[in-house]
Amino acid sequence: MKTFRIGGVHPAENKLSASEPIKVAELPKVAVYPMGQHIGAPAVPIVKKGDKVKVGTMIAEAGGFVSAPIFSGVSGTVLKVDTVVDASGYAKPAVYITVEGDEWEESIDRSEKLVTTKDKPELTPEDIIGKIKAAGIVGMGGACFPTHVKLTPPPGSKPEWVIINAVECEPYLTADHRLMLEKADEVLVGVDLLMRAGKVNKAYIGIEENKPDAIALLQEKCNVLYPNIEIVPLKTKYPQGGEKQLIDAVVRRQVPAPPALPVSVGAIVQNVGTAFAVYEAVMKNKPLFERVVTVTGKSLKKPSNLLVRMGTPMSQLIDACGGLPEDTGKVIGGGPMMGKALRNTEVPICKGSSGVLIMNDKEAKRAEPQTCIRCAKCVGACPMGLEPYLLATLSEKHMYERAMNEDVVSCIECGSCQFTCPSNRPLLDLIRDGKSTAMGIIRERAAAAREGK
Amino acid sequence: MNKLIVSLSPHVHSGDSISRNMYLVIIALVPALLCSFISFGIGAIITTAISVASCVFFEWAINKFCMKNKNCTVCDGSAILTGLLLAFNLPSNIAPWIIVIGAFFAIGVVKMTFGGLGCNLFNPALAGRAFLLISFPVAMTTWPVPGQGFGTYLDAKTGATPLALMQEMFKSGDLTKLPEVEDMLLGNTGGCLGEVCALAILLGGIFLLWKKVITWHIPVSIICTVFVISGLLWIINPVIFSNPVAEIFSGGLMLGAVFMATDYVTSPMSAKGQLVFGVAIGFLTIIIRIFGAYPEGMSFAILIMNAFVPLINSKFKPTRFGEVSTK
Repeated sequence: MKTFRIGGVHPAENKLSASEPIKVAELPKVAVYPMGQHIGAPAVPIVKKGDKVKVGTMIAEAGGFVSAPIFSGVSGTVLKVDTVVDASGYAKPAVYITVEGDEWEESIDRSEKLVTTKDKPELTPEDIIGKIKAAGIVGMGGACFPTHVKLTPPPGSKPEWVIINAVECEPYLTADHRLMLEKADEVLVGVDLLMRAGKVNKAYIGIEENKPDAIALLQEKCNVLYPNIEIVPLKTKYPQGGEKQLIDAVVRRQVPAPPALPVSVGAIVQNVGTAFAVYEAVMKNKPLFERVVTVTGKSLKKPSNLLVRMGTPMSQLIDACGGLPEDTGKVIGGGPMMGKALRNTEVPICKGSSGVLIMNDKEAKRAEPQTCIRCAKCVGACPMGLEPYLLATLSEKHMYERAMNEDVVSCIECGSCQFTCPSNRPLLDLIRDGKSTAMGIIRERAAAAREGK
Repeated sequence: MNKLIVSLSPHVHSGDSISRNMYLVIIALVPALLCSFISFGIGAIITTAISVASCVFFEWAINKFCMKNKNCTVCDGSAILTGLLLAFNLPSNIAPWIIVIGAFFAIGVVKMTFGGLGCNLFNPALAGRAFLLISFPVAMTTWPVPGQGFGTYLDAKTGATPLALMQEMFKSGDLTKLPEVEDMLLGNTGGCLGEVCALAILLGGIFLLWKKVITWHIPVSIICTVFVISGLLWIINPVIFSNPVAEIFSGGLMLGAVFMATDYVTSPMSAKGQLVFGVAIGFLTIIIRIFGAYPEGMSFAILIMNAFVPLINSKFKPTRFGEVSTK
């Protein structure tokens, strides 16, 4: 069975909510929309205090090409335009909306009827990309890169395939898994649309073998309806959901070091959740304002998969799953390997929120770091072929130049090294410092070179 | 509600620890240890006990009185492991005071003066053995004959090791005295306490591979290199060179390949580097065995290559993502 070729680890899967059907979460009393929900320029608010909005009303427009508009997931009145502490831990500009009723924009098709590309043969790639851009769709796996940018490859590069990331390699998370089981037809139409938008006629859907039901279901549907979509079962290994790792696993090509893009080897990678959002945006005229979120944790009463309107505070979702347990030590936005620990549970659900994970006191504490015994397990685990022990030491000693020569900027921050370290060393903490400093140096030099000209 | 802990990802850990690895290696040594008890009787037990006890004592004492470390490193099992491996590299009829000196050199000089676990350049147990071999050449090369009953210790009858016989054979061209390969597999030959039963060592090695404590690169590259080079020599002249099977099962080769060369601290970090390291050890072993003054080549080969580890680490990097051919 296929998998990526370098490194990788096997964290305990803990997919507690894998058999829980997606339930619709209750509407919040006040919904909060941070303006920086994606990579690129933050969105710019276009509403002011007292404005009435409906479900699906645009409340902020894109702040540039690499940016995305933001839509209200609730109907009601704008309470204020202020700041909120989002998952990054920083206060960001945000729009607060007091919820009144649940009135949707008339343009949105709320019927359950499946619309396929056969029903709308007139759609051109430009139409599809335009609708994706207008609907504010970003990568829903967590990186939140605006989808229309990915579908607009730089001149000179030619995409060959769309690769759908249905790996969900993060432990605990099951949102994508449930989405594939419950919305398989819609997801496949979404993939079809992405293929048309990228002007390719082959798509792969990479799914890890720990989701055999999803593999079987999609396989069956593709056999009948979509001969040019191939389901690729993958051997379960973290970080298979990393874009570069997934491309390597599925088509055996390795994207060169930054700044090369995946499209340089012919691949456009999109998350399965994104494919579903594309279906809804293009076929149902529904902008991105709700998503499936896994709320989970070993001490949580009812781990669940919830369909959540964006802007809903996480605390409300936790309450819906049995409340915050007594022994909570950490609340994580996302999965345990790459998610962000939150300062409080009032952080709103955004476009990239794939999960809310509760860890108890014991799980949350890190063990005391010990001296490096040079066991080389981090080197064996690194999916980028780097030497984490060396990068961490160089960063710790502020030897950033040498860290750059050792390719610190190639680090994808997957955490495999720190996960595997028997000495419990905070490898990734240190490497992050080295990587961000090195990237700063690179930017400075580029700027200096430009001025020199 | 408690205050939430905020830290960077990853938020989970494999649960692996230094002591887990050390104790797994110790478990892997148990079969070879039992074999040595069967072969050499109580002498093996006494030697092992003295070696382990003095290594642990020196580690504790130096930690406590010289290094003023807050968290003592005795509990992590590395000193026990060094003690076991040092005992494995001694003849079972050696005097107790020599063992204590060896333990002091291994832990005190080779390990702790460099900063303790993780900082030492050379394998402590092997360096201890080399020190004793040079300081007490007679005591260190007087090998008890196995199977003399349980009560044998200092009074054991002694005889030559297979490697000494091979070197003699190389010089005289007389093939008749060489022991059978089955005897070397099962520990029916003279030699260091832990090295005589190749089968038990292989069993331990398979256990370590299964538990992912070590990778295959170092042991396989050493054994293959020795097999290939000695095989070539044997094809050239089967009269004076021993056959490659005898060569890989004799002396400290198995012990060295599985337990000594794979020591985390003193072996290279990348898979490529580990292969280079293993091939070089295999090559040096054969050279020393055939042309050197000592019939034993393994321990010196490993120590020499230990010194090259920093160089190997800077020269042989892991294959970076994107370097692999795209087809």
